[in-house]
Amino acid sequence: MATLAASFPARPYSRTARSSFQLFAKETKYEFLKLFRTRSFSLSVIGFPVMFYLIFGIANRGAHQGPVDIPKYLLAGYACSGMISAALFGIGVGLAAERAAGWLELKRASPMPPLAYLLAKCITAQAFGLAVVAVLLALATAFGGVHFSLREALLLLLMPLVAALPFAALSLLIGLSVPPNAAPGIVNLIYMPMAVLSGLWLPLRMLPHWMQIFAPALPAYHLSQITLGIFGYQNESSMAGHWAALLGFTLLALGTCWAVFHRAEENA
Amino acid sequence: MPATLTAPEVHTPAAPLAAPIATLSNITKRFGSGTASILALDGLSLALRPGEIVALLGPNGAGKSTAVRLLLGLSSPTTGQARIFGQDPRTTSARIRIGAMLQVASVPKTLKVREHIDLFRSYYPSPLPVAEIVGIAQLEGIENRLFETLSGGQRQRLLFALALCGDPELIILDEPTVGMDIEARRGLWGQIRNLAARGKTVLMTTHYLEEADALSHRIIVIDRGRIVAEGTPAEIKSRSASRKIRCHTSLSSTQIWAIPGVIAVDLIGTRVSISAGNAEAVVRTLLATDQGLSDLEVVSPGLEDAFLALTTGPR
Repeated sequence: MATLAASFPARPYSRTARSSFQLFAKETKYEFLKLFRTRSFSLSVIGFPVMFYLIFGIANRGAHQGPVDIPKYLLAGYACSGMISAALFGIGVGLAAERAAGWLELKRASPMPPLAYLLAKCITAQAFGLAVVAVLLALATAFGGVHFSLREALLLLLMPLVAALPFAALSLLIGLSVPPNAAPGIVNLIYMPMAVLSGLWLPLRMLPHWMQIFAPALPAYHLSQITLGIFGYQNESSMAGHWAALLGFTLLALGTCWAVFHRAEENA
Repeated sequence: MPATLTAPEVHTPAAPLAAPIATLSNITKRFGSGTASILALDGLSLALRPGEIVALLGPNGAGKSTAVRLLLGLSSPTTGQARIFGQDPRTTSARIRIGAMLQVASVPKTLKVREHIDLFRSYYPSPLPVAEIVGIAQLEGIENRLFETLSGGQRQRLLFALALCGDPELIILDEPTVGMDIEARRGLWGQIRNLAARGKTVLMTTHYLEEADALSHRIIVIDRGRIVAEGTPAEIKSRSASRKIRCHTSLSSTQIWAIPGVIAVDLIGTRVSISAGNAEAVVRTLLATDQGLSDLEVVSPGLEDAFLALTTGPR
């Protein structure tokens, strides 16, 4: 291959930091625009938690159980379900569809850094999660009679940054491994039972006892406990344990993604 | 681009002896393992030289898309080597010099034509200006339309535009004119010729024989993962060497068989169809012996005939 090398010296190329930043920013901007304009996604991801919160949260205005303000307690669960569905439906269903249509393959053939594609999806899920939390905060304050300290509000608004990571990893695994047409169904089959069994929609103690035992195995449970912890409403269990569980779940999902991806590469 | 359409079609590679910019060397590609495995490519080698348009032609399942995927680094060969500009096709430095148009069922529907182009341009260090991309791919006037509102032909043109965004030296087009009407198809042919005229190298797969004939300097016919023929469209056609002579004649089939060079005679009433290697000599004899001969017609085999002859061997 000496002649080849002589005629076409490999021109090594590495992007400047500036062009990398522009590329990542554009990828993210268009990922967000794409999902924002997909009404079936943007309306349901923001709309469902808001609707449920209006029905169950605002309706319980002023209700207390001991020191727990019920609308405030419920806000944590609905905020979590919004953050989780933004990741699962935005990343998992989106990735599966783009993989099926051949779009992902065209992107992979281009010089796009794969990390840009993944980060854009993750940041977009965080942005939608943030929108859900912001709307719920406003509703709770305006109509639910709920008072938040500045610290509580800020920590709550930071939660989507955390929440996106484990569920982005889970979404990536779903997007890479399930048959594309089945993705929306499978995501629903994971999301809905997980939301119920983690106590996102109804407090855990209101569930039958045998249903409560699954919670510690579910990442959504740990996320909701961390969120409830902002208000001091968490169970007796340790916060460090919840963080460790989320971290462990994220690593497990990413590791499985890596294995699935490499097996697919070998068969490609 | 009527000018390019009416221009004579010159089937000459721009630089026949230049070093290849992309090669597949002795590639085998096996999917699966054990007895269930499928050999998609079987000792395939090909080389693309600067400025030429090469058509990869073959029936479904021949291995065309597999070859394209190997060149794009989307898949790795079981044995053998794929090289783009002397590099591994999976490297970014190789990919910034290639543009690809693949068979894509759908691209994100809720982005506008202009936005898709803007995003793809950002992947490359020195992209073509937007106006130029829009002009070449004939997307004027629909830049602000969402992908979901585009017609099939417009969608193909957008995918073509995305292949051009980086001003690539090598453009790989997988079935580029699927879903286009004949006018749009000819428009795209003109643009592909313009790209080659600007020194770009084009590899396209197609199942439109007419397209390979009209457009390419060189056709590579593959079947069951192997190259069965390679050459200019004229050379491929000459592989089925005989031409057909058709006419009305009062001669009997015995008399026609007696003419040297005749290899087949199909006589229905007074209408005869003769296959012959040296058609001119046969026609001269026919005209001399039958003064009443009429409706004479001499037909070269179409590329289609040659293609069928090459690829319909025993399976």
